[in-house]
Amino acid sequence: GNDPKPDPLRTLQKGFCVGVLPDGVERNSEAFSSNSVAMEGILSDLRSHIKKVLVGGGEEAVKRNTSRNKLLPRERIDRLLDPGSSFLELSQLAGHELYEEPLPSGGIITGIGPVHGHLCMFMANDPTVKGGTYYPITIKKHLRAQEIAARCRLPCIYLVDSGGAYLPKQSEVFPDKENFGRVFYNESVMSSEGIPQIAIVLGSCTAGGAYIPAMADESVMVKGNGTIFLAGPPLVKAATGEEVSAEDLGGASVHCNVSGVSDYFAQDELHGLAIGRNIVKNLHMAAKRETKGTFGSEKLEYKEPLYDINELRSIAPVDHKQQFDVRSIIARIVDGSEFDEFKKQYGTTLVTGFARIYGQTVGIIGNNGILFNESALKGAHFIELCSQRKIPLVFLQNITGFMVGSRSEANGIAKSGAKMVMAVSCAKVPKITIITGASFGAGNYAMCGRSYSPDFLFMWPNARIGVMGGAQAAGVLSQIERATKKRQGIKWTEEEEEEFKKKTVDAYEREASPYFSTARLWDDGVIDPSDTRKVLGLCLSAASNRPLEDTRFGVFRM
Amino acid sequence: SGRDTIKPNEQCIEKVLVANRGEIACRIMRTAKRLGIQTVAVYSDADRDSLHVKSADEAVRIGPPPARLSYLSGAAIMEAAARTGAQAIHPGYGFSSESSDFAQLCEDSGLTFIGPPASAIRDMGDKSASKRIMGAAGVPLVPGYHGHEQDIDHMKSEAGKIGYPIIIKPTHGGGGKGMRIVQSEKDFADSFLGAQREAAASFGVNTILLEKYITRPRHIEVQVFGDKHGNVLHLYERDCSVQRRHQKIIEEAPAPNISEKFRASLGQAAVSAARAVGYYNAGTVEFIVDTESDQFYFMEMNTRLQVEHPVTEMIVGQDLVEWQIRVANGEPLPISQAEVPLLGHAFEARIYAENVPKGFLPATGVLNHYRPVAVSSSVRVETGVEQGDTVSMHYDPMIAKLVVSGGNRGEALVKLKDCLSNFQVAGVPTNINFLQKLASHKEFAVGNVETHFIEHHKTDLFADESNPAAADLAYKAAKHSAALVAACVSAIEHSAWNERKLPSIWHSHPPFRVHHEAKQTIELEWDNECEGTGSNLVSLGVVYQSDGSYLIQEGDDSPSLEVRVTRAGNCGFRVEAAGLSMNVTIAAYLKDGYKHIHIWHGSEHHQFKQKVGIEFSGDEEGVQHRTSSETSSHPPGTVVAPMAGLVVKVLVENEAKVDQGQPVLVMEAMKMEHVVKAPSSGSIHDLKVKAGQQVSDGSALFRIQG
Repeated sequence: GNDPKPDPLRTLQKGFCVGVLPDGVERNSEAFSSNSVAMEGILSDLRSHIKKVLVGGGEEAVKRNTSRNKLLPRERIDRLLDPGSSFLELSQLAGHELYEEPLPSGGIITGIGPVHGHLCMFMANDPTVKGGTYYPITIKKHLRAQEIAARCRLPCIYLVDSGGAYLPKQSEVFPDKENFGRVFYNESVMSSEGIPQIAIVLGSCTAGGAYIPAMADESVMVKGNGTIFLAGPPLVKAATGEEVSAEDLGGASVHCNVSGVSDYFAQDELHGLAIGRNIVKNLHMAAKRETKGTFGSEKLEYKEPLYDINELRSIAPVDHKQQFDVRSIIARIVDGSEFDEFKKQYGTTLVTGFARIYGQTVGIIGNNGILFNESALKGAHFIELCSQRKIPLVFLQNITGFMVGSRSEANGIAKSGAKMVMAVSCAKVPKITIITGASFGAGNYAMCGRSYSPDFLFMWPNARIGVMGGAQAAGVLSQIERATKKRQGIKWTEEEEEEFKKKTVDAYEREASPYFSTARLWDDGVIDPSDTRKVLGLCLSAASNRPLEDTRFGVFRM
Repeated sequence: SGRDTIKPNEQCIEKVLVANRGEIACRIMRTAKRLGIQTVAVYSDADRDSLHVKSADEAVRIGPPPARLSYLSGAAIMEAAARTGAQAIHPGYGFSSESSDFAQLCEDSGLTFIGPPASAIRDMGDKSASKRIMGAAGVPLVPGYHGHEQDIDHMKSEAGKIGYPIIIKPTHGGGGKGMRIVQSEKDFADSFLGAQREAAASFGVNTILLEKYITRPRHIEVQVFGDKHGNVLHLYERDCSVQRRHQKIIEEAPAPNISEKFRASLGQAAVSAARAVGYYNAGTVEFIVDTESDQFYFMEMNTRLQVEHPVTEMIVGQDLVEWQIRVANGEPLPISQAEVPLLGHAFEARIYAENVPKGFLPATGVLNHYRPVAVSSSVRVETGVEQGDTVSMHYDPMIAKLVVSGGNRGEALVKLKDCLSNFQVAGVPTNINFLQKLASHKEFAVGNVETHFIEHHKTDLFADESNPAAADLAYKAAKHSAALVAACVSAIEHSAWNERKLPSIWHSHPPFRVHHEAKQTIELEWDNECEGTGSNLVSLGVVYQSDGSYLIQEGDDSPSLEVRVTRAGNCGFRVEAAGLSMNVTIAAYLKDGYKHIHIWHGSEHHQFKQKVGIEFSGDEEGVQHRTSSETSSHPPGTVVAPMAGLVVKVLVENEAKVDQGQPVLVMEAMKMEHVVKAPSSGSIHDLKVKAGQQVSDGSALFRIQG
């Protein structure tokens, strides 16, 4: 329960108390109730999508899996995690409506959770989804998990149960830089950096997949189910005529007794997972900690926010034209609703300030309207402050863009925007972005969009993302189209233009959807607004695992 | 009476050595301390860290674990007394308490023996002699043979004269050891020889007596007390009829359903018996009461303080150990017969480490969780063990005596049942559940007790597989307990982490999942101890709800149970399940690759096993996953040891043909013999054990091939 228990004294003096945010929400307003109704619908859609992916590849496949004494990937992870501990799953809706066939969670489960208190990155193939084979999005999700692990220095646990690359799409999974080979490359590089790589082979692990355990620092194989070979029995028979069973060709006994491809022999899955826990126990990560320290949690004790976090569901604007004060979000996600605002009266469309989330000091940057010169400069200034003080940054994105128009250009909005983008790009502190509403145009860049490598990026289900809004795009495109048609002497009726505009708006609308985004891994997941504080806390904890770095900025255009 | 004019000994006991162990040693020391008397304990190597050693002001090691080399070693005890300057020896019960030689040795060593005169011990210790004396004193006797002629054929003909059924008893010793009931002449020889062997092993004397076996008897005994000035009185009687394996498990005082007149004549007979042997100090005269004729007969006199003396203490409001010490000091009895009060009713339940479904075989093991009930003026717990102690195979497996009293029998019984349900032991099997059933039996409630009570009501007392309704009810109750266990275990897991390590948001409660609730599956195997057959697997889904409660699902179709858990102390919880909240205690320990989990709530106690069995032996194929039943790894037809113990006799050889039920070997544990019989007809194979060999519980003894 995050039930806020406001201190009566504090409530009385709220208006005068330095740093404590007021409630800021009018519960009787029409916006509040209409947002809340709309969000309920959005969340119920989201939950129905999630419900589908949580069951994996369908009843038949699950039954087959169970009949082989195998657990489902999330169950496997649950058994590796410390009992009763949290798990931050990433990109649950990867692959959503991406291919003709459904690919629940992109065929791989990834996420972060503690094992004997050490945070680890889990990558678990889902054998019930296309035999755990790698579609392009599967690889993208796997690589994203490795990227986070490398960045946050999280030991990697690969729960291998995969038929390897999805052959019909070999051109999209094999040859390019960010394709299958990159998985093993990352394993090697992380290993060289002292980030433990642990593989538990719980099923087949064929061809390219064989390198996952082979490249690992330590690997476990489960008797009967786990197999590792470059070529399976059918291919061996075709190639050499040798007839051999899968178990004899590449079972746990072969690899633990004879080949040395695997290090630990497990009697069954539970045994294998228990060995996995023991491997983590023996990692001695304390010795690997850099001496200069990590971001780490400063305070173990923290206060819950004063206001009900569930109200975020009613605050979140479904209509992006609707204005709301980002402070009402901040008030519900930071410790004690305490927020020490920086440059409050200047560049007011960007809100900046310091707060704590589960005791971790953070710098928060939130949008309260479009970005002007002053707001961009303020943003750059604040990012410099946090970088110098090694304070992690939290971006609360709700941005339709930078101010346009002659006055703005004349004032050098591009220059100011560039300063903020430079600051965001170079800041070496942990950065976490939550897209709470709109994420359009260069605003996405300045507010640490995906291209700016935030450590984590999550979207609220009401969010919209795109280079610009559908209406604006339709307007621009129809103007160009009209000019082209005019040059070619083709007549364009008003109806035709409306039709053209509508098509553009529809396409933009579809592509701006958080499902379209999350299916393609433009983010790390869509979250319920009321989970925001928790998710931020977990992300900050994971991101704070890495050593402190000094930030060096590039040349700021003055 | 002259007791007011007689002066006590000038030399009072200032330091006493307790030549015993366990609860009785602790109990004696408690009174000694209250009287300002210093205490000396003696201990064998097995008892170095035990409670009676810790309770004493000084303690002396007297030898290795076997009793004959330690607690029965008179020389070692005398030396311990000399070293510590103890002036008196209290022998407790058992061991040397009824050895006239030991009493004599004390006197010869200049030590006060806190007990009767050696002569009285000798007179009463020889059962044949005692009956002669009693007969002469006019105390009624059971028809029988008490002669010196011990030839088997002569004995058999004497048995015929008395008429079957008869009972065979060693002339020395007590506690049911070596006793045999013989229903017909053809069984006489086997029983006779067995009794001789056990008598020799336990008491060093193998003479046997025969008696008429009374079919529906009650065992009623009278507590007597004498001083060195010729005063003898009785402190009413105790009914000790409820017995298993001829050993008492529930005793009460006074005896239910007897008239004042009967009570008075019992008391008078007991006092006469004591006077006849010049008795002083504490003693008990046992009578067998034939419920069919309302006759009582003298059985024997126990010349010691008895295990069950606290029930008498409860109803007369006296401390018998204090009386013993005062009498030993030469003081007269503090009150007269007329001044002995009768205050309500008291029960004693003996809590044993034993395997009830395996015929009450003694059990050994570690008391991983031991939480007796809280004591008060009406509840006493006499115990010699603490949590973490081992119940070893060397000594009596009694864990504790629970003694309760009330204004009348009904009040006391309510208290007894409540205390039993709150008496928590985990780590070794106990008879607590069985005692609860006994105490709750309707015939027991009305005081219809007799020595065959358990035998006569066995269908009520032992879960009967042929009663599916009862079995189903038991299974349902166990499943409900399992659900509570699952919730509590989840709560423990969570708090255990935060108690050991720095709290982190990753370990805060409830665990976070993106868009769904965290869930875990807990598989529990119900140890159905009362049925003694197999166990039942319960698979429970635990859903961590966002409000911190747990949703427990058993199977896919059964309704789920919402459980809220609040920790209350170490193993305690306040649990609210479907709107009903109650106190719950959970104890868990690891043993044999399983996590054993016990739960107590209300009057329920269940135990479960959870497979944790991931053993890291490293050696590949050799990694043994323990199956639910260890014995299943033995080839078919294998007979395993029913208990840990000593093989005393192997009766057949390998390859021998045996009939079903034929004795194959004889084992002994806690001085109780147990005959291992052929479960089916066939030939014996793989018989590798030899007489004198120690075997562990469940180890393979031999195999029968049909």
